[in-house]
Order: sequence, then C-alpha cells, then structure tokens
Amino acid sequence: MSDFFSMGGYAMFLWPAYAVTLLAIVINVYTARRDLQQARAEARRRLAASRAGTTDASDQALRGQP
Amino acid sequence: MSAPGVLRAAVWVVQRDLRLAARRPAQVLQPLAFFAVVTLLFPLGYTPELAKLRAIAPGVLWVAALLASMLALESLFREDAEDGTLEQFVVSGQPLTLLLLAKTATHWLLTGLPLTLMAPLVGGALGVPFAALGGILSALVLGTISLSLIGAVGAGLTLASRRGGVLLSLLTLPLAVPVLIFGARATELAIAGDSLTAPLYLLGAVAVLGVTLAPLAAAAAVRIGLE
Amino acid sequence: MDWTWLHKFGSPPHVYRLAGLLTPWFAWPAALLILGALYGGLVLAPPDYQQGDGFRIIYVHAPSAWLGVMIYAVMATAAGVGLIWRMKVAHAVAASCAGVGAWFTVVSLLTGMLWGKPMWGTYWVWDPRLTAQLILLFLYLGFMGLRASIDDTSRADRASAVLALVGVVNLPVIRYSVEWWNSIHQAPSVMKMDRPSMPFDMLAPLLAMLLGFTLYFGAVLLIRLRAEILRRERNASWIREELT
Repeated sequence: MSDFFSMGGYAMFLWPAYAVTLLAIVINVYTARRDLQQARAEARRRLAASRAGTTDASDQALRGQP
Repeated sequence: MSAPGVLRAAVWVVQRDLRLAARRPAQVLQPLAFFAVVTLLFPLGYTPELAKLRAIAPGVLWVAALLASMLALESLFREDAEDGTLEQFVVSGQPLTLLLLAKTATHWLLTGLPLTLMAPLVGGALGVPFAALGGILSALVLGTISLSLIGAVGAGLTLASRRGGVLLSLLTLPLAVPVLIFGARATELAIAGDSLTAPLYLLGAVAVLGVTLAPLAAAAAVRIGLE
Repeated sequence: MDWTWLHKFGSPPHVYRLAGLLTPWFAWPAALLILGALYGGLVLAPPDYQQGDGFRIIYVHAPSAWLGVMIYAVMATAAGVGLIWRMKVAHAVAASCAGVGAWFTVVSLLTGMLWGKPMWGTYWVWDPRLTAQLILLFLYLGFMGLRASIDDTSRADRASAVLALVGVVNLPVIRYSVEWWNSIHQAPSVMKMDRPSMPFDMLAPLLAMLLGFTLYFGAVLLIRLRAEILRRERNASWIREELT
C-alpha cells in the first residue's frame, strides 16, 4: 500500500498534480451550480416584484400615470 | 459629384494624422523617450559590463519596444473616437478596413519606425556590435509593423470598455508574444553573427498575416465599440 | 429541407429546457469514466520503462490540456456563430465556456510543471508548446476581462467574440508546435493519425479520462448556460412557467 502512495518516488509531484486537478473539477461544478441557483433566485425575485405591482416610477409610466 | 476614390480617402487619412501629430510632437516623442529610458535603465541598474549587457540585449530591446508600442497605442483611435471622426469613417461609405489600415500605417510611421531608427543608439548602449545592426533593424521593422497591427485590434476592442489602458495591454500581449520571441531570437543570432533568415521569415509571416487580417478585425471591433 | 429543428437552438426557453434535461446524461457518464480511468491509470497501468510511476501524471495533465484547447475552440466557434448569425444563445454559450476553460488551462500548466520537474529537471521551459499554453491562458483572461469591462451585454458579446476569433490563430501553434520546432515537450503520441505508440493498458485509461473530462465539461457548460440564459432573459414570460 505504501508502495502505491510513494509512486516509485514521484509522490511529491504526482499527488499534488492529482489534487490540483480534482480541486478544479470540484470547484467548477460547485460554482456552476451555485451560479444557476443564484440566477434562479434572482429571476424569482424579479417575477415576484413585477407580479406584486410595485409603485415605482416605471410601473406608473406603464399605466400612463404622471 | 462623384465620391472620392478609396485611395484618395486613405491618403487623406494619412495626411490628416501626420498633420495632427506635427501639432503635438510631445505625444509622438513620449513612447520614444520611454523606449530610451527603459533600455538605458539596464546599464544603470544592472551592470555596466558590456559583455553582460550584450547577453540580455535581445530581450531588453524587444520588451522595451513592445512596451513603448503599447504606450503609443492609446492614441491610435481614442481621440478620433471621442471627437466623432471615427464615426465619420464608419458611415463614410469608404471601406473601414482600408481607412483603419491607413491610420495604423501612419501610426507606425510615427512610432514603430522612429523606434527602429533608435535601435543603433540604444543597442550601442547595450553593447551590441555594429555588424549586428543590419539584422536587428530588419527584425525591428517587421516586428514593429506587426505590433502596430495587433495593437490596432486591441485598441478597437477597448473603445467600448470603461478601463481602456490596462485591458488594452492584457489583450495585446498574448497576440504580441510570437513577435517578441521571434524578434529576440533574430537579435540574438545577429549579435552572434549567425544567419537570421529563419526568425526573419517568421517575423515576415506574422507581419503579412497581420496586414491581411488585423484591419478586418480592427474594423469589426471599431464598429462594435462605437455604438 | 426542413431547418426548423436548427432554429429551435436559437430559442432561449428551448435551449434552457434541453440543457436541463441533458445535464445528467453528461454528468453521470463523466463521473463513471473519470473514476474508472483513475483506477485504471493509477493501479492497472504498468509503470513506464523510462519514467516509472511518474508518467501517471499524464492522466490528469493531458486531459486538462485537451480541455483548455477544446473549450477555447468551442468558445470561439460559439462566439463566431453569435457574431455572424446574431444568435444570443450562441453568445451565452461562449460566455459559459470561458471560466472552465481558463481553470483547466491553469491546471494543465501546473500539472505540466509538476511533471516537468522530475522529468526534465526544471519546472518551466520556454518551449513553444508551453509558451502557447500560457498565451491561451491570457486569451481566456482577456476574453473575460473584456466582457466584464463593457456594460452593455450585446456589445460585450460582440467585442469578446472578435477577440476570441482573433485568438484562434494560437490553437494550431499549440497543436503543431511540438512538430514544427525541436521541442523538449513530447511529440504527439495519442493524436497522431497513425496508430498511437502507447501500449493499450496505458492508453485505455487515458482515452477514458479524455472522454470523461469532455463529458464533464459538457455537464458544467449546460449548467452555466442555463444560468446565463436566465440572467439574459430578464423578464421574459417563459421564465414564469419555468420557475413556478
């Protein structure tokens, strides 16, 4: 088993290389999914705001009020 | 009344840019002064020994030329974009590609060419032998032409962006690296007295590729940037 | 010929739904392939007669390098399609590619350094392929930087598309630099047109990793694409149906 970990003496280079790659794989999946979650949450917020009929200026303009 | 031909339009662009530059010599001289200062920093800050300076001369010359060119690129399109001249180019009905090529060529005449002509002085300060100068000048001519063309693409792209200067360097550098590599290699061979046909051919190839493709990309970039 | 199927790819809601459906079909096979290839590469493959166990870095280095280059090609193609045919979805694809591509270019440079040190005695050599990979990283960063610095989405899309297309000249340099110049980097051993020169039990995990990484990128792209489409579509009515 320790033979496996020492990788013929190359352990110091090989395992960090694998670790860095694994890190990139995990980070990219994680950030992608979080990005999607955030985008969905934002979209829901925008929908809720427009459906609730806020009384800001743009909404009034839409209804033709001064 | 017939519209002026493309050639006349291009000549007009060149003449205008030369006239404007003549009114503001400081703007033209700045990159050249920068080039001189950067290269002269090495004998002062590194070592006065000519043999050691000769060893780093290829790299120093070309990095300094690259940095000076990038400094000069800011002035390629920015002012014309701000005062509306560039927009006139776009709607003029003349091929934007050729007008931008004319602008870039003039820009090279005002920056790349003087830079190249300064090389004997600057090279001498770095211990470059007289015999090497012919080769170094040829390489610099081709290299600075490519740098102006590549820079024109970056300058066009950054017209639309808020932070022009730093981004321009970030965009131009990756594309300019081959010029740097081949140019430094050519200089190295020239100093050693060997034949530098190989890197010169490569520099020529990059320049030709640049002349044909860069104005097209720059025109596309300028159109997008001016909206 | 009926081209409507192709036109559907221009429709954001259609792409959004399709991406959602396809993601597991990319993600699970990717996971299986990568895990299988890990086992095959670390355990099953015999040590190299020259490099011993050190060669096993190839199982993370080569797929990362492949991803860096392939993603750029996808990004530039999508950007080109978006620029020429004015398809918003294509620009969204290009935007979704950049981050992953940059990451794996960094990984390929780092793993390459970790492989180079024991093999060539140095972490870095300014040889053509490595230099071209570094240029690739700067191209990605430039693409992302340019996008970030232009406020208007449409202009950002088109300006960065021009940049991506100009940078395509770098790709053949990466691919062929080891042939054109006598380089310290290995000559191509997998992508040669004739039979690869690696023995099969070393080659199989590598091919599995390459495929696994490619599918992994597909999955990540689809997730990012959905987020990008949602952000761009603002208040479009189809979003209401999708999210409630």
